[in-house]
Amino acid sequence: MTHTHADYQLSQLDQLEAESIHIFREVAAEFEKPVLMFSGGKDSIVMMRLAEKAFFPAKIPFPVLQVDTGLDFDEVLATRDNWVNRLGVRMIVASVDDAIARGVIVDDGKTSRNRLQIGTLLNAIEEEGFTAAFGGGRRDEEKARAKERVYSHRDEFGQWDPKMQRPELWSLYNGRIHPGEHMRIFPISNWTELDVWHYIDREGIEIPSIYFAHERQVIKRDGMWLSLSDAVQPKEGETVETKMVRFRTVGDKSQTGCVESEAKTTQEIIDEIAIARVTERGATRGDDRFSEAAMEDRKKEGYF
Amino acid sequence: MSPEISPVAEKHQGRAPMDLLRFATAGSVDDGKSTLIGRLLLDSKSIFEDQLESVESTSKSKGYDYTDLALLTDGLRSEREQGITIDVAYRYFATPSRKFIIADTPGHIQYTRNMVTGASTADLGLVLVDARQGLTEQSRRHAVLLSLLRVPHLVLAVNKMDLVDWDEAVYERIHAEFTAFATKLNIPDLEVIPISALNGDNVVNRSENTPWYHGPTLMHHLEHVHVASDRDLVDVRFPVQYVVRPKSDAHHDYRGYAGQVAGGILKPGDEVVVLPSGMTSKIAGIDLFDKEIDQAFPPMSVTVRLEDDVDVSRGDMIARINNAPKPSQDIDAMICWMTTEPLKPRQKLAIKHTTRSARALVKDIQYRLDVNTLHRDQDTKELGLNEIGRVQLRTTVPLLCDPYSKNRTTGSFILIDEATGVTVGAGMINQGS
Repeated sequence: MTHTHADYQLSQLDQLEAESIHIFREVAAEFEKPVLMFSGGKDSIVMMRLAEKAFFPAKIPFPVLQVDTGLDFDEVLATRDNWVNRLGVRMIVASVDDAIARGVIVDDGKTSRNRLQIGTLLNAIEEEGFTAAFGGGRRDEEKARAKERVYSHRDEFGQWDPKMQRPELWSLYNGRIHPGEHMRIFPISNWTELDVWHYIDREGIEIPSIYFAHERQVIKRDGMWLSLSDAVQPKEGETVETKMVRFRTVGDKSQTGCVESEAKTTQEIIDEIAIARVTERGATRGDDRFSEAAMEDRKKEGYF
Repeated sequence: MSPEISPVAEKHQGRAPMDLLRFATAGSVDDGKSTLIGRLLLDSKSIFEDQLESVESTSKSKGYDYTDLALLTDGLRSEREQGITIDVAYRYFATPSRKFIIADTPGHIQYTRNMVTGASTADLGLVLVDARQGLTEQSRRHAVLLSLLRVPHLVLAVNKMDLVDWDEAVYERIHAEFTAFATKLNIPDLEVIPISALNGDNVVNRSENTPWYHGPTLMHHLEHVHVASDRDLVDVRFPVQYVVRPKSDAHHDYRGYAGQVAGGILKPGDEVVVLPSGMTSKIAGIDLFDKEIDQAFPPMSVTVRLEDDVDVSRGDMIARINNAPKPSQDIDAMICWMTTEPLKPRQKLAIKHTTRSARALVKDIQYRLDVNTLHRDQDTKELGLNEIGRVQLRTTVPLLCDPYSKNRTTGSFILIDEATGVTVGAGMINQGS
């Protein structure tokens, strides 16, 4: 027997965990075809852990969906596969390259892979007939997300209408949708970046190695350190440097920057983030820099 | 303004905050709510450089000669265009002892609906008043709503004290006026704090301008107010959310009832009743993921196993034999109506109460409550947008109800328009229904 609480108080992390598990179970009970969007990044790994706990000792009762940009980091894909295999869940991969080849989306050569994910994702949701898609979005990430509900309604085009959101009261979630519509579900809405790291630390769970400090060849572009890869080659005037870096978020290789860091353990990462001066997205996401409402605009189109 | 790393943040290093406090903010448009939230976020180092830079550059491009901290909280394009807060936003900051979730509710139009949304989960309500204006209709209305929603703790922050020369008499007058008003309401815990959100007086640091004030700073109060005791640890309420049946070789006979404890303390060996069937059994075990635990209490999400193979499904509730909620198809409740099309007698709606969904018929609208005067208008036979009233409902299946005053989980429900699927009402069940 464990977990004796003499004072009947739950720690903050335990309260967040209990709330998230409640949301997972609510969706599994009320929706016909849920799916968990799983990128292999830290937030979706925390989500996977929470889903694992919510239904234990039964298996997670829905599949996971990964939108493969074609530019994902190998270390992230490897971690994704480890999680999926260990938990024995069904994984569906919706590939951007495949969607382009099938004419589902058009690559004009100018649109980022991140944006091309939107059409790829929406198509996968439609083809598979998913009625609810769990995402690892957190309200502390970005100001448009701070406004979003835990149950975020999407119309038949997958669009989010911030002005037409349903009031969300107590822990009574309204999952009603019409045919063709779906709901995006954000069980870790109330978690912050630090909460996620404290949880990873506490649970001792596997995350991709690129979150920890390692040496990497990088170039400086638009104020960000980008990792040298097939997707990122030095342009004229850019010099390749070798630096000790780590990633705060993981997205596609062409857009996701890394930060200089010596943090090699989750505890060291926590210490580093606790005094960080820049948000994770501000530091490392090229795609959020287009305009002040870049995230809001993408979300309205169906981004997660 | 440059963000300094505050001592609060430095201490944060490496430790997860101990517990969680959810609070809802309220106040009129110009009472300085955004400035106060900005101050709390800034001083707890929850605003990052890139966010601040973005706010500074937008302020500049709008031609302001100051940094408009409201831009931090107004997250939507349309909100920034109009310069008003439209919807509830959730904000986060932490100190070494606590994590805080702020439900930042707009002071503007649609106030009731958004206040009710923000206050439904709040442990504490923070109402701002402008020291120069004193109590306004808006501050009274917000206090009424917080009381109706049973938010157990209330803070009245008397802001802009710098603009009244830190006059103790001004503070005392507002304090006395509010205390007199609060006696008509249900506010078990009230703290009145003189502050200047703009200058940071008594927000995080004690002000030298208020030698006559001996109470806590706002941050100190937020960090220390005792919220754990607000939960009902006596009356066992366990709404069954999901039945866990692995049907795997390793767990062939496992049958667990998953849910979040809504009240009381559950222990293995306890005799329990399953509602509405009335079947009795004993708790065989309580599981938290892969561990068996010796007790479960709110708000834990656990899985309960019973000794007997009784029929239990989603929507049922596990309680103690001599202390169970009353199943009832006749519901008497206060309703906050949240949509433009008014609520009328004979209307049919979907209702969600704990994990149980049903349909409800509006039998009678007894009165409309004027949230400014507390007057009960019995002539009105419908409820419009943002109005609150006492309503009688008849449901298709029995709900397992407690009065909202006893349990905010088993005493609350939402109403859904069956055609549009939109949440149109929030309900709080009355005593003795």
